[in-house]
Amino acid sequence: MNAETIAVEFLTSHVTLSQPMKKLFKLFQPLFLMLGLSVSTLVNAALEIEITGGGAQQIPIAIVPFAQAGVATQEKMSDIIAADLRRSGLFRVLETAGVASRPSELVQVKYPEWAVLQAQAITVGNITALPGNRLKVSFGLGDVLKQSTLVSMEYNIAPNQLRLTAHKIADEIYQKLTGEGPIFASRIAYISKVNKRYSLQIADADGVNPQTVVASNEPIISPAWSPDGTKIAYVSFEKKKPIIFVQSLTTGQRLTLASFKGNNSAPSWSPDGTKLAIVLSHSANSQVYTINADGTGLKQLIQSSAIDTEPVWSPDGRWIYFTSDRGGNPQIYKVSVLGGAAQRVTFQGDHNLSPRISADGKTLATVRRDGGRYSIAVQDLMSGQVQTLSQGGQDESPSFAPNGRVILYATRAAGRGALAAVSADGRVKQRLSESGGDIREPAWGPLLN
Amino acid sequence: MNNSILNKKLLGSLILAMALSACKSTPMADKPAAVEDKSPQTASQPTAPASDSTGADTAAANDSAVSGNPLTDPNNILSKRSIYFDFDKDTVKEEFRPLIEAHAKYLSEHGNAKVILQGNADERGTREYNLSLGQRRAVAVKKSLNLLSVKDQQIETVSFGEEKAAAGCADESCHQTNRRVDIVYEGE
Repeated sequence: MNAETIAVEFLTSHVTLSQPMKKLFKLFQPLFLMLGLSVSTLVNAALEIEITGGGAQQIPIAIVPFAQAGVATQEKMSDIIAADLRRSGLFRVLETAGVASRPSELVQVKYPEWAVLQAQAITVGNITALPGNRLKVSFGLGDVLKQSTLVSMEYNIAPNQLRLTAHKIADEIYQKLTGEGPIFASRIAYISKVNKRYSLQIADADGVNPQTVVASNEPIISPAWSPDGTKIAYVSFEKKKPIIFVQSLTTGQRLTLASFKGNNSAPSWSPDGTKLAIVLSHSANSQVYTINADGTGLKQLIQSSAIDTEPVWSPDGRWIYFTSDRGGNPQIYKVSVLGGAAQRVTFQGDHNLSPRISADGKTLATVRRDGGRYSIAVQDLMSGQVQTLSQGGQDESPSFAPNGRVILYATRAAGRGALAAVSADGRVKQRLSESGGDIREPAWGPLLN
Repeated sequence: MNNSILNKKLLGSLILAMALSACKSTPMADKPAAVEDKSPQTASQPTAPASDSTGADTAAANDSAVSGNPLTDPNNILSKRSIYFDFDKDTVKEEFRPLIEAHAKYLSEHGNAKVILQGNADERGTREYNLSLGQRRAVAVKKSLNLLSVKDQQIETVSFGEEKAAAGCADESCHQTNRRVDIVYEGE
């Protein structure tokens, strides 16, 4: 059941970018990126992916299967790299079967052969065994038109780091050719509900290798990655009320972060990972607090008679954005981490909920309600311009990719919870579902080292 | 279950109810309310699930509010535990006043009794906001009880948000059953 069920619509014709075209591409690169980007999500036994829509402009690239004399691997690294790039919506991965030569280093590449394929770039690589059960992976990225080296790298890894290394190589190619930050070498968390059992799952960003972090017969919601990706905070109802836990992903050790009277929910990490913003109700309405990551030092951030919830830190650590219905309907507000008056941030839409800020601090994503339908929307924090990105009607839990170019969110498909991802312009969409299961509450983790 | 058995059962409980109301000085006003419990009273108050205990056995066991448990006696308003709300609202509607007054009276008279008010929301909106909304509804019911002299120590409020909601509701009649606060007595 390892079959990849991916169908990508290629809207571009098979034309190599000429020099003037490349200049044009550079000029309009942000536009192309907005038109073309999508997320990396592949398939394993449990998860299925459907891609709808397509990019407007894609870079044709040849990815030669890596040489691996005497080294057995479960998956081909070149397949993982190709799948990542393909799903980004920005690349057209060329069929290389018709080319006789199989270079494993850039010095071996006969560029005219690849120019015939109309490749703009070529990737080659080599996996060799090192003493002590280590592997050496070398790869090179060449510019076919200029016949020059763009990137050349070497990794000394343990055999179980092959997938991660493939994602890192895909990130190198992606960064070099698009100018955007890395995205593939990261993980996603989500909640799966199968036969009334809830579990917090973590998978590679391409959906492969899901691992259960914790499971319960009671609901689990609101997973939140620590900035270094080693811990995850979540809300579990296992004691018949919402309690916040922080669990180490390396040791599995679990800390009860907040178990006060009433509800304990909505954890969000400070950018330096030392604190969390949380929501407590005690005996009244939900209010925002901060607490040290070890459960000490509880402080109320802001006091109101309204619902204040879903706090999230700005990347510079200076602001906390949150949802409040103090104005009558839920909208997004922000308050200084030092306290003080809250400022309203969203003004369009009947409701705005679940604020998330992109890593560059420039974009706010929300769940927006209009006419009874819930969509994912983005707001430029400088200009205030708002764009609705999804049309699912029951979309929620937006989560930015590490590079901010893609938003992962929860939607419903065929009566079940599914995950979806959308590019910044809403054009390229993917849906990730688990057969027989209900998945929700996605959270995109930080880049892996 | 065929109709004749149902009719016999219904007839039996009717006779019993008449007998009870005859020998006790219970105001008649209480009884019709309990009978109406089987049919939807208003659009916004769905029938409680599986409260099929109008049988003669149950009624006989609970024939006295002193020896039986008024909290579970289907003929007693105290057996009603759900207060329903409008979308994104926490206003306790007038129609639930008798229910809340009855529980307030019981709690005042039974100082050791404690209740957990469990707030719920329909599935529309985000999970965390709905958790807060369910909480606010529980708080609204708590305030109503407080105004009727119930002590804080007797009340705990929690919220399940939308987590216990019937999923995949296609219409308002389904959604409204999820927007509620359930009164649960300690030990139940």
